Amino acid sequence: MITSLKQRRARDNILSRLRAAPQSAQEAVPDVAAYYREAPVVTAGSKVERFIEQATYWHAQVVEAGVDAWPEAVLKVAQDKQLRRILLGRDSPIGDALGRVLPPDWTTWYQGDWPLCKPHLFDEVDAGITSTVAGIARTGTLVLWPGAAEPRTLSLVPPVHIAVLFASSLHETWLDAATVGNWSARMPTNVVLVTGPSKTADIQRLLVYGAHGPCELVIVLVHDEPAGRGTT
Amino acid sequence: MSAHTHTPEDFKPRSREALADPRLRANFRATMDFLVERRAAQFADPAEYARLRDLGEAIRRHALANLPELLEQLERKLAQRGVQVHYAETIEEAQEIFAEIAGCHGARIMVKGKSMVSEEIGLNQAMEECGVECIETDMGEYILQLDGDRPSHIIMPAIHKSKEDIADIFARHIPGAGHTEDVNELIGIARKALRRKFGQAQIGVSGVNFLVAETGTLVLVENEGNGRMCTSVPDVHIAITGIEKVVEKLEHVPPLISLLTRSATGQAITTYVNLITGPRRPGELDGPREMHLVLLDNGRTQAYRDERFRSTLQCIRCGACMNHCPVYTRVGGLTYGTTYPGPIGAIISPHLQGLGATRDLPTASSLCGACGEVCPVGIPIPELLMRLREAARHPVDESGHPPLRGQGAAASQLERLAWKGWRILYSNSRLYRIFAWLATRLRWLTPARQPGWTQGRTPLRPAPHSLRDLLAARRREQAALQAAAPSARRSGAGTG
Repeated sequence: MITSLKQRRARDNILSRLRAAPQSAQEAVPDVAAYYREAPVVTAGSKVERFIEQATYWHAQVVEAGVDAWPEAVLKVAQDKQLRRILLGRDSPIGDALGRVLPPDWTTWYQGDWPLCKPHLFDEVDAGITSTVAGIARTGTLVLWPGAAEPRTLSLVPPVHIAVLFASSLHETWLDAATVGNWSARMPTNVVLVTGPSKTADIQRLLVYGAHGPCELVIVLVHDEPAGRGTT
Repeated sequence: MSAHTHTPEDFKPRSREALADPRLRANFRATMDFLVERRAAQFADPAEYARLRDLGEAIRRHALANLPELLEQLERKLAQRGVQVHYAETIEEAQEIFAEIAGCHGARIMVKGKSMVSEEIGLNQAMEECGVECIETDMGEYILQLDGDRPSHIIMPAIHKSKEDIADIFARHIPGAGHTEDVNELIGIARKALRRKFGQAQIGVSGVNFLVAETGTLVLVENEGNGRMCTSVPDVHIAITGIEKVVEKLEHVPPLISLLTRSATGQAITTYVNLITGPRRPGELDGPREMHLVLLDNGRTQAYRDERFRSTLQCIRCGACMNHCPVYTRVGGLTYGTTYPGPIGAIISPHLQGLGATRDLPTASSLCGACGEVCPVGIPIPELLMRLREAARHPVDESGHPPLRGQGAAASQLERLAWKGWRILYSNSRLYRIFAWLATRLRWLTPARQPGWTQGRTPLRPAPHSLRDLLAARRREQAALQAAAPSARRSGAGTG
């Protein structure tokens, strides 16, 4: 622990200066829910359609699949893109299903401690596959919840990221996803909202994909919603 | 590179240089127009924008009103999550904290995501002095670091460089990089060079966009993924930000992020929104083992203690005020000589560096009001500029507020005397009449060169006749007309 006397003093000084300041008139408590309730309602198409439109706009590739055939859809993506070194989370919720379909010599299970993985991960992997906990229709965003089952770097370091998204987990906004999922009570070490592949426009405002993260994002969208594609 | 190599004191001479550089002006103009258009497309519906902005402002004001309590709540939450919190009153204290952590780990390489507060404390240079290489990983910042240059915009730091410039910089500084002007290849070169550094660095440094008191979460938005690298790959993560960045609840974050990304680059959302809540937990295979948060004051409590300036701290650092500022667009970001340029820089820097050094910055505005209009959290920037101008000119505040650091730095005896004279003249009608009589007769004596005025304008010169004289003359004329043609008027009135 680095808590020197000096820092203790700095803390006390700062807080006492803030407390000594004149109180502003009590500010109204912000009503976030009211804003979203009254926000203009998007009606064009179903949630699924809006998600696909937005995700595609942000340069993600969306592959739709049926509830029983999605591992095959992932396999097809790997074949089409010639991904031969694919990394998967050992305890990932989609691990078993994929393990049965993907050729064993194409797959590597993320395991062991990080320093041992680093060179392998940085130089020898074509793609990482992860699950998602939710999708956000308004912006075409994926919600990743990395942890013990799916490390953070699995969706970050490989040049291609394949994410499996179940249509039943789509929400309109990320406030909805956070409220329904009760995030504030159970925040993991890392939640990442991902919208499209990594990008930069730092050179003359010219857009380039694959800045530091994946150059490509493929979303395998699984139609598991009860009433098929028509639900909103 | 550091905040200390350029100073705000020579803002004026540097503005003149910048204005004389057509390429710089063209770069800035084009980029600002681009950003202005992108933002406008995002906020096409003014009513929706107004509602979202009001909400964003309410969230920030609510947070500031409860700042000390929220900081304590945040601290408790972070401690539970295993994050060490450090407070720094000054730049030097913040540097010491970094040096101490680096020393504990024997770190030689630090990778850093984009962080304005790390620029504010001159982190790169301070670390270099302790023998630690601190590498910028944001593409724009990396280019500037290789070239020993400084950022000119808080969101697009390298807009003053062309791809030809960057091709030269890479060829010169990155071993094995050939000369290419293809932008995809240039980014590829930097990606490869930096990946090696991510793998080697013991410490990752990041800024923070928002801190959530309720959950102890650090929110970080980015497009490139370097923020994720810096906060996931090295063994130690140090985040640094100002004490004002805290908000109360997680639900307060989505509207603020919507305002931030749409105002900054016209994006509905950035590629990545990171919500980081502590170092790796048991069972996790990656993520930092140790996490620190450095909370910097450096003058922010001065802005806070005076209610007239507190709204300065509502800022979410989107850069919209500079994109829309006619002065910034013409002189560019480097001219300001401060970490934060443009209108927000002009209202925050006096608190960070004192009015002594920054006294010219609040005058770098035509008060057109664009900055205040586009501010997504409703900071009344033009009003704050006026207050700072006043504070720079008056050593003592008559309203009884404690003086700002450097208050009265621009006070001038001559100006005070001039105003005093003006007051006497304008409150004594006989004196004023004598003055007007003299001024109109002696107008040929006014100098053709009037310092501070004639650099860009024609000389001031009293009119040949005062308004009073003109009115008197007109009255005389009318009386003469009436006297000369009484019958015409009478008959005219009769037929009407």
